[in-house]
Amino acid sequence: MGNSYIAFKALLKGLDLEVILPPPITQRTLALGSKYAPECACLPLKTNVGNFIEALELGADTIVMAGGWGPCRFGYYAQIQRGILEDLGYSFNMVVFEPPDTGFDDLIEQARFLGGGIRFKEALSLFKFAWNKLIACEKLEKAIEFYLPRSEEKEQALAVYRQGLQAIDMAESREEVHFCADQSIQRLKNLSCRNDIQPLKIGLLGEIFTILEPGTNYYICETLGLLGVEVKRSIYLTDWINDHLLAGLVKKSRRKKIIKRARPYINYWVGGHGRETVGYAVEYARRGYDGLIQIGPLTCMPEIVAQTVLPRVSEDKGIPVMTLWFDEQSSAAGIQTRLEAFIDMLQRQKSSYSREVEA
Amino acid sequence: MRVGIPQGLFYVYYYPLWKTFFTDLGVEVLSTPPSNRKIIDQGIAHAVDETCFPVKVYFGHIAELCQEEMDYLFVPRFVSVERKHYICPKFMGVPDMVRASFTKLPPLLSPLVDLSRTDKHWRKEIMKVGRHFTWRGKKIEQAYQHGMEELERFRQLTRQGYSPPEALLVWEGKKLPLPGKGDLNIGVLGHGYALYDEAISMGLIKRLREMECNVYMVEMIEKSYIESRAATLPKRVFWTLGRKIAGSALYLHQQTDIDGLIYLACFGCGPDSLIGDLVKRNMQDKPYMMLTVDEHSGEAGINTRLEAFCDMLRRRRINSESNLPTYGQLLYSLQGSVEGP
Ligand code: SF4
Ligand code: SF4
Repeated sequence: MGNSYIAFKALLKGLDLEVILPPPITQRTLALGSKYAPECACLPLKTNVGNFIEALELGADTIVMAGGWGPCRFGYYAQIQRGILEDLGYSFNMVVFEPPDTGFDDLIEQARFLGGGIRFKEALSLFKFAWNKLIACEKLEKAIEFYLPRSEEKEQALAVYRQGLQAIDMAESREEVHFCADQSIQRLKNLSCRNDIQPLKIGLLGEIFTILEPGTNYYICETLGLLGVEVKRSIYLTDWINDHLLAGLVKKSRRKKIIKRARPYINYWVGGHGRETVGYAVEYARRGYDGLIQIGPLTCMPEIVAQTVLPRVSEDKGIPVMTLWFDEQSSAAGIQTRLEAFIDMLQRQKSSYSREVEA
Repeated sequence: MRVGIPQGLFYVYYYPLWKTFFTDLGVEVLSTPPSNRKIIDQGIAHAVDETCFPVKVYFGHIAELCQEEMDYLFVPRFVSVERKHYICPKFMGVPDMVRASFTKLPPLLSPLVDLSRTDKHWRKEIMKVGRHFTWRGKKIEQAYQHGMEELERFRQLTRQGYSPPEALLVWEGKKLPLPGKGDLNIGVLGHGYALYDEAISMGLIKRLREMECNVYMVEMIEKSYIESRAATLPKRVFWTLGRKIAGSALYLHQQTDIDGLIYLACFGCGPDSLIGDLVKRNMQDKPYMMLTVDEHSGEAGINTRLEAFCDMLRRRRINSESNLPTYGQLLYSLQGSVEGP
């Protein structure tokens, strides 16, 4: 998902596996996915199918997938995908990491299958290295989200950002990883930034896969940045891993607080990130953001629950909200137009507000 | 005291329990008529576009109900009705969605039904609901017990071959004959609140019966048959309804005298999109049709597809009449199910 491939690559490479990463998500990926996946499946499933087909075409023989036990569809993805790919005549191994249903045996078994003879200590240091790459990527992502709207040479800023990611990908030691990230951030800073302007600030909320994978959100962060808007996302992968896989070991988790914020709009778990979406909406409103954009794949159940209550949040807290759904039929131009209209509206609102304050 | 219960979602599975429970506590129960065009239109007006049809219809029933005076509106939060299984993320958020979508609502009674990890809290939730009407815990418990008995009586009726809405009528004291016998045996699958709601399913079951079909429903099949078939799937289906649908599909698939299966899916429904696919992959030689409906589906289209499907089944039957065992086997196994739990 998104730039996390850089970290995964480091991890799997260290395990002495030959890694074939699915090529970046393109229109072809989506087209393949929607051709073979069930019509009403959510976009992440379709994208995965497309990804896997493209990786299998390149000669991959093992597919690694995560599992889960509900309540949302993700937990059943792998089984459906296996069926689809087998029907297409591919032969492959599928390793599905399931959270323990009855015991930890399966999980360990599968890790062994992938890991070969690796020892625990080595594995740990590998994880740490990959984790550092992930952190470095995120630092850079946050930097571009901040500097892009302020920069006067936007194309160049994006180029610096992309080079930075490449450098992190190539880096071979922990120091090098962070050095690459910091250097790119410094270069972004120097790119004639206007620190005197206050760009519009928008909180991006929604379903995790869509938020993290630019290929499925039509590069919304970049688009907004180019339009001069500062974006803050509700989901960064390190937070998610920390909260969900490491039980808050690495850093302090904000999740509890956010879930509290969702009250009284959402009072119970609704699967996926529905409750977090609403919690962040309240949080961003309190921090004085100018607007909120909720994104997700069409038919995403938890996000539909969130979408239903967001108008209430918007009304109570006085913050405009827009929801964008993506599927394989969305068009970049259509999305651009809707974003521009939303931003125009926010801009007008902001200037009339500041005039009021001055008067 | 009056409590309103919208006729949507899990109404079709639990109404006898709710109705008995409240009545025993001396509460008058107010409900809505079966879904109709006006209710559907109100639902569409109140729900966001992307929501699935059944949730929209549920909203429509709430809008309809809210025109009446009542003290409470009963909108339970169904998360899970058994261990490790769920209903659907939307069900988990129903009370929140309702609260956000209507401006004038009576106070909600929203017990939390979450038995996914433990059923410890369930008793407390029942008490909490009951306490609105009486302080006598014993009375609440008895009302719940009685409700469960009535629910069982209703389920017994569905096992005999009444569709759940018919069984509800019989349960309420109406006299209805069991559906007549046709020449084709068809299994129908889907979420009950869609499949058995005539407005959502476009009267699927009624139409099939008019076309001389015997309709087999999940509720008619013995539980243990469903579970044993569902257990053969490579991964446990963690949606309660989905598991029952998949298990029933596998069971019906094995029965030689079942001519074909129809899956009624709702457009935009998460579980349906995956279970429908799962079932399809497991239907080797049995004709299988997936009907996807939404609020724009037309009756004419459905009718044509059903007619074509039945014609096809009849032709198939004539072609293979000689080398198929005569039917009767399934009826036998269904008899077994009547005595089941
Ligand atoms: S959260 Fe949304 S995208 Fe994820 S599995 Fe559920 S419906 Fe699909
Ligand atoms: S299971 Fe499907 S039809 Fe039922 S509420 Fe969920 S999404 Fe809607």
